Amino acid sequence: MTVHQLSIFIENKAGTLVSVLRLLKDAGIQLIATTISDTAEYGICRIICSEPERAYEVLRSNGVAVSLCEVIAVELDDVPGRAADAIGILSEEGISISYLYSFLLSGKGVIVFRTDDNPKTLDALTRSGMTVIAEKDLSKLV
Amino acid sequence: MPYLEFFNPVEETLDRAGIERLQLERLQRTVRHCMNSPFYRERFAGAGLTPDDIRSLDDLKKIPFTTKQDLRDTYPFGMASVPLDRCTRLHSSSGTTGNPTVILHTKRDLEQWAVAVARCLWMVGCRPEDVFQNTSGYGMFTGGLGFQYGAELLGMLTIPAAAGNTLRQIKFFTDFGTTVVHAIPSYAARLYEVMCERGVDPRRDTKLRIMAIGAEPHSEDTRRRIEEMLGVKAYNSFGMSEMCGPGVGFECKEQNGMHIWEDYYIVEIIDPDTLERVPDGQVGELVLTTLNREAMPLLRYRTRDLTRILPGDCPCGRCHKRIDRLKGRSDDMIILKGVNIFPIQIEQVLMQFRELASDYLITLETIDGNDVMTVEIELSDRFIDDYAAFQKLERDIIRSLRDEILVTPRIKLIPKGSLPKSEGKAVRVRDLRKQY
Repeated sequence: MTVHQLSIFIENKAGTLVSVLRLLKDAGIQLIATTISDTAEYGICRIICSEPERAYEVLRSNGVAVSLCEVIAVELDDVPGRAADAIGILSEEGISISYLYSFLLSGKGVIVFRTDDNPKTLDALTRSGMTVIAEKDLSKLV
Repeated sequence: MPYLEFFNPVEETLDRAGIERLQLERLQRTVRHCMNSPFYRERFAGAGLTPDDIRSLDDLKKIPFTTKQDLRDTYPFGMASVPLDRCTRLHSSSGTTGNPTVILHTKRDLEQWAVAVARCLWMVGCRPEDVFQNTSGYGMFTGGLGFQYGAELLGMLTIPAAAGNTLRQIKFFTDFGTTVVHAIPSYAARLYEVMCERGVDPRRDTKLRIMAIGAEPHSEDTRRRIEEMLGVKAYNSFGMSEMCGPGVGFECKEQNGMHIWEDYYIVEIIDPDTLERVPDGQVGELVLTTLNREAMPLLRYRTRDLTRILPGDCPCGRCHKRIDRLKGRSDDMIILKGVNIFPIQIEQVLMQFRELASDYLITLETIDGNDVMTVEIELSDRFIDDYAAFQKLERDIIRSLRDEILVTPRIKLIPKGSLPKSEGKAVRVRDLRKQY
């Protein structure tokens, strides 16, 4: 049970990001979460959105360097320490995280991450009673 | 006893008739000797030629050109005119894509090469009391061993410092009293920069007086700047591994054109399109025929270097023809830090990466006195999602390129479709250096 994420190669140049976002806007696609880290020459813009597969086709056909990948989204109660619990599970299983970001959705916290072993991660989280979000649940909320 | 002005008084002071007499004799001998090589035997048979058809220097025109491609096609030993057991050295070009080129030398070839280099250095005033430091790479790069043996033959104290480690180079200058340096022009500028940073004044703290600069095209302005910065006389050196290496041509004290040693080579300048000879003074492609080599003589070798023969006599008294500083190339070869690079080598490396599309752009520029190559490469659709993978990709590309071209480039990954599309032949190289 994973969620689709768009990963977009963004050159560090004025106007690059906005041109990508406008393509999504024109296609009527809504962003749920996005993140960009800083590097000198380029960045990777990661986006969770409504209709990721269609968004992917829209960007690709417009020549944007984009890939569609699977990440794991976990819903957390809005109480202190829940993130530590979730990450702790992975740590105990020896799973390493490639990247992670978080956002709020309908009053709940959501953390998104990609690990070196998605099936093992899903298994560990489910066994520990964590709420893993399915893509259809996300779409319902937007 | 004062030294003579010439290293080889007889050869260097030949008049025109004397040079041409010697050239014809050596050309005929070379052509006959070439018949020992399978390549030239076939080439002559194909052209319906025999060595007896070469009766005058003008008959040289009958002989087909030899190209770098011929060298590649006969890799490794197809052009040898002596059995391999008579050879004592092999130099090979960089590169692993396609066939590199191989140049073989006999013991006599190496001796004659050293004589030519010594003659060049002597001509600009190097004497046995001098201390010679060579900042060329050694190994396959002929500027290393070529200058080494020439300088030793002349009798100077030689310091084979080799390339890089600028601080150590400067320490050698000051500690060993170096008076003569061989360096590529871009490195001469680098040496000065580091001297300034370290508070070393070349005029006060070193005995530098002569510099041989070559292997890299440069302008008259660059030469004057090097002379001004380092307090030396800088002389332009011309050579190429196909002709053995350095020592093919060198400027005399007049600093007006490089004398090609015509007892070693016949010089022709051709129009690269019509392949006809052009008159003296007109720019064209330099074609050289070796007259003094045993292992691998080359007949009418197309160097791809563009230059012209300077008309008129040189006040130095040598009748050996002078060529002007190089004006460019008639192919797409890049010269960076003295290393010869063909864009196709870079392309073939990039093709091995599935993450990359086929478009790329090579930019050459001078940044802080250093010549730098940047390769912009378009990503393919096979896009990867994390930075670690990107960094690994970048490292892998740089390593593969360095292994191929022997220079470490900078690379820049860019989205597919961002390089300007040109109609017809794609522009692959942008040279922002001011060399020619």
